[in-house]
Amino acid sequence: MMTVQQKLAILADAAKYDASCASSGSKRAGNGKGIGHSDGTGICHSYTPDGRCVSLLKILLTNYCTYDCVFCVNRVSSDIPRARFTPVEVVNLTLDFYRRNYIEGLFLSSGIIQSPDYTMEQVIEIARSLREDHAFGGYIHLKAIAGASPALIERAGSFADRLSANIELPTQQDLVQLAPEKKVKVIEGTMNQITERKAEIDEDRHRHRSAPRFAPAGQSTQMVVGATATSDRQILSTASHLYDSYKLRRIYFSSFSPFPLGDARLPQAAPPLVREHRLYQADWLMRYYGFTAAELTTDQQPNLSLQKDPKLTWAEAHPEFFPVDVNAGSREALLRVPGIGYRNVSRILRIRRYHRLSLDDLRKLNVRVKVAEKYLIAADHLPTVPNLAHLIAVDSPKPVQAVQLDLFAGISAFSGQL
Amino acid sequence: MKQGTSPQAILRQSISFAPTFDAWREAVRPLLSAAAHPATIDLADTASGVSDSLFAFSARNSVSESTPVHVPRSFIERAKIVACHRSADRWNLLYRILFRLQSDRNLMKLDVDDDIAEFRRLEHQVKRDLHKMHAFVRFRKVEDETGVHYIAWYEPAHHVLALAAPFFAERFAIMQWAILTPDASVNWDPDEKRLTFGTGVPRERAPVTDDFEALWRTYYSSIFNPARTNLHAMRSEMPVRYWKNLPEIDSLPRLLTEAEGRVEAMLARQPKVTAASFLPSERSLPILQQSIHTCQGCELYRCATQPVFGAGPSTARMMFVGEQPGDEEDRAGKPFIGPAGRLLDTLLAEAEIDRSSVYVTNAVKHFKFTERGKRRLHENPRASEIFACRPWLLAELEAVHPELVVCLGATASKSLFGPNFGLMRDRGKILSSPYAERVIATLHPSAILRATDPERAAQMRSMLVADLRLASATLGAKA
Repeated sequence: MMTVQQKLAILADAAKYDASCASSGSKRAGNGKGIGHSDGTGICHSYTPDGRCVSLLKILLTNYCTYDCVFCVNRVSSDIPRARFTPVEVVNLTLDFYRRNYIEGLFLSSGIIQSPDYTMEQVIEIARSLREDHAFGGYIHLKAIAGASPALIERAGSFADRLSANIELPTQQDLVQLAPEKKVKVIEGTMNQITERKAEIDEDRHRHRSAPRFAPAGQSTQMVVGATATSDRQILSTASHLYDSYKLRRIYFSSFSPFPLGDARLPQAAPPLVREHRLYQADWLMRYYGFTAAELTTDQQPNLSLQKDPKLTWAEAHPEFFPVDVNAGSREALLRVPGIGYRNVSRILRIRRYHRLSLDDLRKLNVRVKVAEKYLIAADHLPTVPNLAHLIAVDSPKPVQAVQLDLFAGISAFSGQL
Repeated sequence: MKQGTSPQAILRQSISFAPTFDAWREAVRPLLSAAAHPATIDLADTASGVSDSLFAFSARNSVSESTPVHVPRSFIERAKIVACHRSADRWNLLYRILFRLQSDRNLMKLDVDDDIAEFRRLEHQVKRDLHKMHAFVRFRKVEDETGVHYIAWYEPAHHVLALAAPFFAERFAIMQWAILTPDASVNWDPDEKRLTFGTGVPRERAPVTDDFEALWRTYYSSIFNPARTNLHAMRSEMPVRYWKNLPEIDSLPRLLTEAEGRVEAMLARQPKVTAASFLPSERSLPILQQSIHTCQGCELYRCATQPVFGAGPSTARMMFVGEQPGDEEDRAGKPFIGPAGRLLDTLLAEAEIDRSSVYVTNAVKHFKFTERGKRRLHENPRASEIFACRPWLLAELEAVHPELVVCLGATASKSLFGPNFGLMRDRGKILSSPYAERVIATLHPSAILRATDPERAAQMRSMLVADLRLASATLGAKA
């Protein structure tokens, strides 16, 4: 008989490949009967030496699984130690960790045992017990098992703050190759159920606030990157489709990580973590900066540059868009200037109503001026002439001969015209 | 933009008050209505110990209250937070901003102003410290005759205990808890629903351990992925000054020393290579055939006599893929010449397929066997070996470019269709794969040879012949 500690070691180890850790997006006041509340911001209670936060008790109910997804450490053909928690063990572990302020709540996932419905029922029972038997007010993130029946998804959402169904791989073709039991149609079907159910409930809550809640922190998903040769262009297009169709809060990109007893079908070396980072940057640009998926890569360059961030890459490829005047440019235009972040755009817009911004002011706002100065006009700054030279090159039918430009020559720094 | 104190000391009036925001408010109210310029005032709380009591005197007596003052609510709320900072100069900064707000109502919106920038910096640091306190307080459970208590020892960077307490009161409303810090302490009474603040407490008064911390360390160690070690990111989010009060950090040195070894062990247990790195750049059949002798894409090359490459015309329209060479093939270096090969010849003749016009090869190119006395017994290749050898098969497919591929047996079928291919479910159908437009999967002739039940053998034989006829007809129909 395994101890809880032994099970915890196995079932936390098995869960670590799921990158999701957020505990934000859901507000719940303390209920006075049990422990726990959520203030909506999410709290990272610790950080592990891989730089990832520990916010939730992230475990699997069991790592027994009938599926054979090549990239997954828990696949049926993998020769790893197996364990299974009882519902009471998970409930007590969650409460005991929570009381000591180790965690914000529980993120429960599971290998597929018997059938998707059976697995979903087991997962739901734990959430139900926490909420109903213990009046637990902390954060609960449940894995929506793809293919589980709509009634179960609805029940899961009534207890959970967040649901997530993992898309796993960017394309159906990748799934066929590496996750033969999983189908995009089934996964997206489950996502769609969550989206529709949430829309209905939110509408009900609009009418009367006492209506039951459904996954107030919405849904997220995870995509394993680098297990197949699929390009960033394809990945971003899938991401964009998922955001649009299912109103996802987040897509987590998980760089494929080597694990014990991997499969020969997988690449041997993990893809560089930089790629994962670039995908997150691109993801941010799509969600907050008004970029579309198609803008960030091209058919000729279907992968994001590992050396330069995607915003800078775009700026270098679109000289016609710049310079942008920080004291006059629109929000949309400012968002595209490399070195200026989302929050700083809002601050610039607020400040410039009272004050014309100089480069020094931008430095005080922690704008990365070294990067940004080539692309912007400030009260005391125009981009240097070499950056306007491309305008000449674009406009004139013949290429202008490259000569050192003279500051006092008859050239207008504003238009670049001779 | 610059607004500061004048460089040379005008004799500054020192004002002293208790180290609370409300005391500061009381102290500056008369100064503000008297429009006392910030450069002439030095505000210091009694805790900072720098104020000179000789010069300190009550501001209330020195100025007359006259001008109506403007104190925006948004300033008050944020100033309360800045007041919790440990910087001794915060009181002067707050007064300077309040003073300037009287003539510049938009000042708070000017993030680039030096005073506002400093204000924001302090505000940000206090808020971050508050957030970290919510995160890093660790309660330890203590049971005594008065009941169960949860007690934490914590050292905040700034004076945030009072700001943080309501958070814990809401979260742990039904627990009896206390947070002890060097400067102050707070108790929660779950029955009265009341917070009680007290004085600072030395570390020795706090409980030193909790049995549950072993489980917490187990979790912390297991959820960490050694393949992604990134201490820089860890330190930037959880600065080292917080580490000493976090029980999980005890595991850190062990995790770090073990990390490299764990990753290496993970990688060592992975199959090292596939044949891909042994493939020549030129992919014609003769070159491929020469190069395969150097292949060490899996371990099978160690025991086998030689690799057995495919055979047949490079212009063949039909290609047969078997499993792996057998004993005779291994010695001769030619595919399908043993018992199974001879049976295949017979069956091909029955299906009216010209043996000399087809290309025959195997999914795995080396013989895998176990020795039983003098005999070498065939052993099934593992999935990893099939996939390691796959690049050779794909290269042959590319070089021959057959119109139809016949997979003999499960190994060949899985090599092209993946591990979940069901042979008995999908045999005898015209399938398509990314590697060949038409593929027919059928039984391997050796399955018939191995069958012990003659009736079953006959049945399988007829299945195989039927599938071969289908193959022949498919090409015939196409031609």
